[in-house]
Amino acid sequence: MIRYALTRGVLLIAGLLVSSVIIFLTLRVFPGDVAQLIAGTQAGPETVAALRESLGLNKPLTAQYGSWIGGILHGDLGTSQLSGASVGAELAEKARVTVPLGIMSLTIALLIAVPFGILSAMMRGRSGGTSLNVAAQAVAAVPVIWAGMMLVVVFALWLGWLPAQGFPRTGWSTPFRAFEALLLPALTIGIVEGAMLLRFVRSATLQAAGQDFVRTAAAKGLTRRQALIRHGIPAVGLSIVTVLGLQVAGIIVGSVVIEQLFTLPGIGRMLVADVGTRDLVKVQSELLVLTGFVLLIGFVVDLVHHAVDPRQRAEVD
Amino acid sequence: MPRWLRSLLSSGPGRFGVIVVLLIALTALVSLFWTPFDPMLSDVRGRWAEPGWPHLLGTDGTGRDILSLVMAGARTTVFVAVGAGIVATLVGIALAALGALTARWVRETVAVLVDILIAFPVLMIAMMISAVWGGSLWVVVFSVGIGFGVSIARVTRPELRRVQQSDFVLAGRANGLTTGQNLVRHLLPNVAPVFIVQLSWSMAVAVLAEAGLSYLGFGATLTEASWGTLLADLQRYIGVHPLTVVWPGLAITLTVLGLNLLGDALREATDPTLSHRGDEIHEPAVIA
Repeated sequence: MIRYALTRGVLLIAGLLVSSVIIFLTLRVFPGDVAQLIAGTQAGPETVAALRESLGLNKPLTAQYGSWIGGILHGDLGTSQLSGASVGAELAEKARVTVPLGIMSLTIALLIAVPFGILSAMMRGRSGGTSLNVAAQAVAAVPVIWAGMMLVVVFALWLGWLPAQGFPRTGWSTPFRAFEALLLPALTIGIVEGAMLLRFVRSATLQAAGQDFVRTAAAKGLTRRQALIRHGIPAVGLSIVTVLGLQVAGIIVGSVVIEQLFTLPGIGRMLVADVGTRDLVKVQSELLVLTGFVLLIGFVVDLVHHAVDPRQRAEVD
Repeated sequence: MPRWLRSLLSSGPGRFGVIVVLLIALTALVSLFWTPFDPMLSDVRGRWAEPGWPHLLGTDGTGRDILSLVMAGARTTVFVAVGAGIVATLVGIALAALGALTARWVRETVAVLVDILIAFPVLMIAMMISAVWGGSLWVVVFSVGIGFGVSIARVTRPELRRVQQSDFVLAGRANGLTTGQNLVRHLLPNVAPVFIVQLSWSMAVAVLAEAGLSYLGFGATLTEASWGTLLADLQRYIGVHPLTVVWPGLAITLTVLGLNLLGDALREATDPTLSHRGDEIHEPAVIA
């Protein structure tokens, strides 16, 4: 187990390094002159030159990369080129919206996918199972933006149960209002993600139902349903863990669009705004934080999967 | 009619997929020459017309005909889906070939690199490119194409390795074919089914990505009709005219559903071993 964790950890660090290089190079090497981009077309050559100097763009690329990564290793994500504010502090503040949104979305997705996925597999071949599968297939094809708009129309405009957009300025000091503001966005991501996950749970359950140990349990006198629930479902849980990493990546990406749609002051909306104003220092640190988070989740998922699955343990050690 | 095509059309979902994809392609083609109204022509006096004659789906806040806008949006969707498909094919073949056919250390390095790149969500790639280049449909085409090229490579590579060890490839090599010739004549035709299925699913996500990125302002420009920008436009008046947002969203959903079902059906039609391998599912990839 420890050996596996170490090898997987090396891969994680390699992944972080490669990602940082890719992000850095795409934002630096491709564009020609970053300083000109920031200053805009109206700026005179002196302004641009001064800006280039203050951004450290005259230094060689390796030195620029080194100072960026060195700063990050010391916990300094850099400062905004436009406002001079600390990127780390702003990210931490915005995370107070994005992290709860992500957790709520994931919870809703699992609450939809697991029971209905298993149900749809157990009812396979009957009309109930088929219609569940068809519905999941259709919902998974709905773009998150549109799903969000339809939910706003129904729950905010027609029924008036939930706020249509925005986040209370008072933040989490008014927990109920903050929760209420995040409910509709989380439902949007949760339903669409849940529909995709449902199809996965369904096929994992069907696969488990065909396994020898389930068949043996049925042969020993359990009904097929009992055999599936007692011996098959644990195996399903294991395969859900493997896609959870992907699911989290999907939720992060979904939250970028959804925060825009519901005007929530989260990390995704911050990233979109910074790309719009070309605040490249902020963009590169934000992209690295998000990618790093996705890689980290993948790492944790692999470790958990390894620790829980006895077969994997036996194979490697 | 070849066997795979007959099998594709014999299943309900397969038929639905083929019909929807053809319908969207046809709409895009027709919209090049004819739409009921000029999709970009605003008519201030005819703002927010109810669905009816002559505006079958009504008009938007500047009096543009929504049906014409949706038809013209199909053009953008097809452009992005096909463009991203081509980029994904090239990137996918290149990475899969590098990861399967080269010397061991190159092969392993590429494989690890692909594993890392796959964690990079497509939207992030798009943001990086548009932070630098400014948004355009080409940003969408390249970011989605590169993103899916990588994930196609991951699926195709083991398949390529498997086929490479078969006797007819060995026979080809014994007869003096170079690696490149062998790739084109024997390897690619044999992995094509896997590849095409992946491509169909990727194009579905490309459609979602185009809508999402255009919605965020990183895709289509103001002069290009797109379902994503149309949704963003209509969203501003959602409190007053909630039903107008139904049409572009429905168009996106239908297209994505069609491409997904087409991919599923193609896989069933081309992969005879599927029943043995069980009902595995393509990994969910979410963009927009």
